[in-house]
Amino acid sequence: MRRILVCIKRVVDYNVRIRVKPDASGVVTEGVKMSVNPFDEIALEEALRIKERGAAEEVVVASIGPADCQQQLRTCLAMGADRALHVQADGVVEPLVAARTLLELVKREQPFLVILGKQAIDDDNSQTGQMLAALWERPQATFASKVELDGETSGGQPRLARVTREVDAGLETLEVDLPAVVTTDLRLNEPRYVKLPDIMKAKKKPLETLALASLGVEQKQRLKLTRFEPPPQRQKGIKVKDAAELVAALKSKGLLS
Amino acid sequence: MSHRILIVAEHDGARLNPSTAKCVSCAAAVPDAEITVAVCAADASAVASQTAALKGVARVLAVDNPANAHLLAAVLAPQIAALAGPFSLVLGPSTTFGKDLMPRVAALLDTAQISDIMAIESATRFRRPIYAGNAIVTVEAEPGAKVVGTVRTASFQAAGTGGSAPIEKTPASAQIPSHTRFVSVSAGKTDRPDLQTASRVVSGGRALGSAEAFRQTLYGLADRLGAAVGASRAAVDAGYAPNEMQVGQTGKIIAPELYIAIGISGAIQHLTGIKDARTIVAINKDSEAPIFEVADIGLVGDLFQIVPELEKLL
Repeated sequence: MRRILVCIKRVVDYNVRIRVKPDASGVVTEGVKMSVNPFDEIALEEALRIKERGAAEEVVVASIGPADCQQQLRTCLAMGADRALHVQADGVVEPLVAARTLLELVKREQPFLVILGKQAIDDDNSQTGQMLAALWERPQATFASKVELDGETSGGQPRLARVTREVDAGLETLEVDLPAVVTTDLRLNEPRYVKLPDIMKAKKKPLETLALASLGVEQKQRLKLTRFEPPPQRQKGIKVKDAAELVAALKSKGLLS
Repeated sequence: MSHRILIVAEHDGARLNPSTAKCVSCAAAVPDAEITVAVCAADASAVASQTAALKGVARVLAVDNPANAHLLAAVLAPQIAALAGPFSLVLGPSTTFGKDLMPRVAALLDTAQISDIMAIESATRFRRPIYAGNAIVTVEAEPGAKVVGTVRTASFQAAGTGGSAPIEKTPASAQIPSHTRFVSVSAGKTDRPDLQTASRVVSGGRALGSAEAFRQTLYGLADRLGAAVGASRAAVDAGYAPNEMQVGQTGKIIAPELYIAIGISGAIQHLTGIKDARTIVAINKDSEAPIFEVADIGLVGDLFQIVPELEKLL
């Protein structure tokens, strides 16, 4: 089976205004809208498009987290994933633990491609995909803005991917042997909207739950998060009424001579 | 006891990237730091001597290997992991280079990574932004545990030059994979200062309306100021500017002396990228635009009228 594994994370929706708890113990997540990490949604969209082009036969979506993340997995099934794997884990799952867990799923599912977001918008770590690729001893193509597979038209198993990456210098293209890990940047695609009938259909799609421990992965926490604070606020500035006043203001700050 | 720190140099084969000098400043904030920088290249000699001149660097490891002609994470990671043994902290910049590479190194070393370090409080305590900079978290590593980190370059001044660290040619004995191959890079080369390190940046948003207007309106002003040109995500998505100009959470995080935001409304993801600018100027016709909440100097009005006037006055 030519299979793609997509990994998603349940995160605070990107439109939510983040508030730090007064006791500095964390960020308020109770009663807050949760969503699929937007970069992971792009990852799923890309996998679905590859399948729709005929280069993959099955898209499996996986998530690690508490029972609640089944809601996000259902959303992914409604988008078009064929089945879902939920690895049950409460508490902090560090990127290295996530990568070890995904490696176990990779061994089970034997995908030719693993796609996930370049970072989650909660902890902004940008680590899991690279760590999975390292542990799997396979190529990584991070921050992808274009993914092309060879042999798509022949209907055979793709052997190579050509991936364009958004890097500081511009756009870099890599060729990687498959299987490989791809992490997605914003401009790879625009994820589709979920339609109501698809939500109904998604309820019948298979969603399997696994315990983290049953995969033989230890949920080790190596880093302690000891204090959360709001960022320092910038001082309120001044308003000027035209270009001449702006230049004067810049001069008075010593920014123009 | 000194803390031995290894920094992975970023470079293009000929020149050291300024992000490395910022990593050196970050590392120097660790008490009793002893800083080693690894330069992996096809021929590391030129970059190694630039690195050796950075103040605070105790030693440069020059790792020559034809496979290092392009800095691919899969190729570099096993070499860095092979060098990392004696070091308690392994750092790279939080640029696309370091973000790609360092987690791969961390996994090979079976260590945790701390991304986007913005402050060092002790050898094991760090501060970093989360939620697009809407919260700052203090992270503590176990004493004695090896840690990998990426350095948020906008949070540190570049280390100065004038040093003369010894350069050691070092073979990094590692199995180098052939499964990842460089094909090409398309860089929009300009004569303007580099966006990541420029002291002045002129940046445009969706209000510019077209790629042509973006160029015509902003480039003249940028040239007058000797400024780099940046763009909001909206402007890049609309095709007004190439992706490497994007400033913000998913683009470049910058800290210029002067940032002029023109026709940028100021989405939180954009503000994340400019928080550390010394002075922010906003020009926008919408007086309610969120950019004015962070601007030191705000000017409400039509950018197409204001920018040419401004250019004339300079």
